[in-house]
Amino acid sequence: MAIAEWLQKLKVGELSARELVDQQLARIKSVDNELNAYVQVTAERARKDADRIDKARLAGESLPPLAGVPLAIKDNLCTKGIRTTCSSKMLENFVPPYESTVTQRLWQAGGILIGKTNLDEFAMGSSTETSAFGATSNPWDLSKVPGGSSGGSAAAVAAGECMASLGSDTGGSIRQPASFCGVVGLKPTYGRVSRYGLVAFASSLDQVGPFANNVADTAELLKVIAGFDPLDSTSLKVPVPDYSATLNDSIKGLRIGIIKECFDQIGLDAEVKDSVLSAANHLQSLGAELVDITCPRFNDGIATYYVIAPSEASANLARYDGVKYGFRSANTQSLSEMTALTRSEGFGSEVQRRILIGTYALSAGYVDAYYKKAQQVRTLIRRDFDNAFNQVDVLLTPTSPTTAFTSGAHENDPLGMYLADLLTIPANLAGLPAISLPCGFDQNGLPIGLQLMANVLDEARLLQVAHQYESTAEVMKARPNTAELVP
Amino acid sequence: MSDSGVAWEAVIGLETHVQLGTESKIFSAASTAFGDEPNTHIDPVVCGLPGTLPVLNRKVLEYAVKAAMALNLNIAEHSKFDRKQYFYPDLPKNYQISQFDEPIAEDGWIEVEIAEKGKETYLKKIGIERLHMEEDAGKLVHAGSDRLSGATHSLVDYNRAGVALAEIVSKPDLRTGREASEYASEIRRIMRYLDVSDGNMQEGSLRCDVNISVRRGSEAPFGTKVEIKNMNSFSAIQKACEYEINRQIKAYESGESVIQETRLWDEGKQLTKSMRSKEGSSDYRYFPDPDLGPIEVNSDLREKWRSELPELPATKRHRYANDLGLSIYDARVLTDELPMAEYFEATIKLGADAKSSANWITGDIAAYVNANRLNFDQLLLSPKYLAEMLEMIQSGKISGKIAKEILSDLITKGGSPKRIVEERGLGMISDQKVLTSIVKDLIVQYPNEVDSYKAGKTKLLGFFIGQLMKKTGGKADPKLANQIITKCLLD
Repeated sequence: MAIAEWLQKLKVGELSARELVDQQLARIKSVDNELNAYVQVTAERARKDADRIDKARLAGESLPPLAGVPLAIKDNLCTKGIRTTCSSKMLENFVPPYESTVTQRLWQAGGILIGKTNLDEFAMGSSTETSAFGATSNPWDLSKVPGGSSGGSAAAVAAGECMASLGSDTGGSIRQPASFCGVVGLKPTYGRVSRYGLVAFASSLDQVGPFANNVADTAELLKVIAGFDPLDSTSLKVPVPDYSATLNDSIKGLRIGIIKECFDQIGLDAEVKDSVLSAANHLQSLGAELVDITCPRFNDGIATYYVIAPSEASANLARYDGVKYGFRSANTQSLSEMTALTRSEGFGSEVQRRILIGTYALSAGYVDAYYKKAQQVRTLIRRDFDNAFNQVDVLLTPTSPTTAFTSGAHENDPLGMYLADLLTIPANLAGLPAISLPCGFDQNGLPIGLQLMANVLDEARLLQVAHQYESTAEVMKARPNTAELVP
Repeated sequence: MSDSGVAWEAVIGLETHVQLGTESKIFSAASTAFGDEPNTHIDPVVCGLPGTLPVLNRKVLEYAVKAAMALNLNIAEHSKFDRKQYFYPDLPKNYQISQFDEPIAEDGWIEVEIAEKGKETYLKKIGIERLHMEEDAGKLVHAGSDRLSGATHSLVDYNRAGVALAEIVSKPDLRTGREASEYASEIRRIMRYLDVSDGNMQEGSLRCDVNISVRRGSEAPFGTKVEIKNMNSFSAIQKACEYEINRQIKAYESGESVIQETRLWDEGKQLTKSMRSKEGSSDYRYFPDPDLGPIEVNSDLREKWRSELPELPATKRHRYANDLGLSIYDARVLTDELPMAEYFEATIKLGADAKSSANWITGDIAAYVNANRLNFDQLLLSPKYLAEMLEMIQSGKISGKIAKEILSDLITKGGSPKRIVEERGLGMISDQKVLTSIVKDLIVQYPNEVDSYKAGKTKLLGFFIGQLMKKTGGKADPKLANQIITKCLLD
């Protein structure tokens, strides 16, 4: 059910918020043992919130834009009084005394928290397998991963366990799971959405964004969460446009860039490539102009990212030392032992790997060769995009080189896992907005994702093109009903 | 100089941490109040809770820039914050937000007046390398014992964490302990003039670390540098430097080496002792803080802040000595604290003589202020009434002796000196008729003495003046009395 459809039902009394919440909770109960999309379900609070919405409706009060919409929140966004774990043993029992700005805005808009979703520990991963609370499965095929790190949020939307959700995207953590789970996921421009209350992984790359079943719902959520926040110095003081208002505008004459380097990838699955190129042709049939674009530094993104992100992470995660909150190793005899054991027992191996990489990259004698060099390459990647957006309005690529891979496929191959983010990382490095939406299925019936990138703050354009595709492409009509996915 | 005849020279540089006196912390709205219950001035940002972000307090930037301007530093148009990483429980995030390679201000100087008993006072220009902004750390409290060594556990208080600091790094231009302490005290004075810090060393609002080495003469290469911490007064800075200079010279002369280390000043034992060796420098893995944008101070803002700077102590000292003709000593004393200088200036603005104003203010009035732990801006004796009193002395309406007598009332009770003098009839009797009539009575009363005087015993003039003073309660104008008595005795 789309948000607009729901609001109409609520308005006319066809379905109450309480009934919807109960339906969602029942759905979670029936499928989440298999999926493990949720770290925590906030049933009691959801019912209370729903009752409040129903009461307000009966009292004739005007309803806010997300009234009664059941929402799932990635468990690295702080929710006041509700455990926020980052799917880590380190924060297993951490209860934030404050609310993140984005969730605060959702609740103010009438949204209902239905639960906190699973992720790769501290958002470090591309499969939601590194969670300390077990892996999440892909609703389309339980033997496959949902992608990551926002795998729980993507799977919950795909399996009908919520109406929409929030994730965070540092190198593709919204778009790649959206692609794997066949839903829409948007990473906004860096600074478009406040990071206050998002547990930091890599501060210069992290951005919160929505998952939804369709582009219109994605636009609704973005409208609510976007905008300046005085608590985040990196949030942009720019007015938020009405993203829904321009969804139906024609894309005639719009120039869409096809990045050559993306389609020349060695690891790019042929089915994915064909599907994405057909999507491009479909957009052309709607009046858009396709332009070949070259971004020579595009493929340097992954190396650059795996220096910058771990460097920032090594500092961001230094605070977890067992002194103030979170896990503390038992029976340690000295301060240095307490710090060391707390961190080696509290963090999983992927988190430790990245902290070590980052610590190394920032160390005296290496910082110039790694961290500073990576920053220079980052500038060059940005320039490639500046150049591209002088020629086109939107760039088109696959979201991921493959469809959802089998659980455990990259267990002993971290580099193979890192390559899953090859196509999504450049948008983070350049701070650009990017969206992933379903554009077809592989021979096993797994969804394929199409990535669109736009210039800084041009989310409206992304949503417009995505909506035009979604509402006209034949291939999407073959999509199964969410309820049929996980019976 | 030492026994061996080598002209040893000490090379000293100071790192001064000044707590900027903003109401709230550098990156959050938590209070900066000192001395309250542990962990009462904290919030999620101060504690570095997951997901929190720093936002720069604009007042901190203003204070830092004003401090930098007063130290003649160049203000950077663009600067940034960096993360300085090390693990310690008093540092909530295990990194300190500081400024590394692009500080807010660089390359300045101050002029320091080096005054020492028994030595000639001289001026010295001390270079300042840089000033940067950073956040303070919390404090560890070791429990279970009086001493760290026996402590069973440690507690941490984050009230101080996140208080804004300006770190001021001098160039290695200082040569003696006295120079070091005068430099530090001039920094404090400037900060207090600007009202950007209370400079309270006991409460830790101003903390100095000393870097010190000695070398064989001013041309020789630098010796091994030792850092000294834990001095909480200016005299401790001087003594610690002097102790350390001697220790290092002795070490070199007895063929030992000086190792690069951090030493603590032990105020009780009056010596420095080794705290930890600094083999190789620590790797703080600095990198730009991605949570904070660039710091931009445009020229309009710079000019606005510059225009708000007060006249600084060195300028005042020069003006008092050169334009007002005060002694270097008086100029120094008057300008030590701004309220005293302002009191002095308000007094002379009302027409009072600079020299006598200085005498009264630095003398009896300062003594009272100090004895009662007051501040000059709290005095009941306003500059207006002080000026009035000085005018009365000047014009002969009261004597200096009477002025001293009424001063304590003026200070403790306030009010106009004119009125007090009137009410108590303390004004000098300068009326010729009144005095002449009293003198005539005296001549009738003491005929023998009059005769002796006339016979040449002129010393008796003193006797008559004494009698006159007795009759007038000491208020007769002495000059006039002299004239009148001489005249009457000869009639």
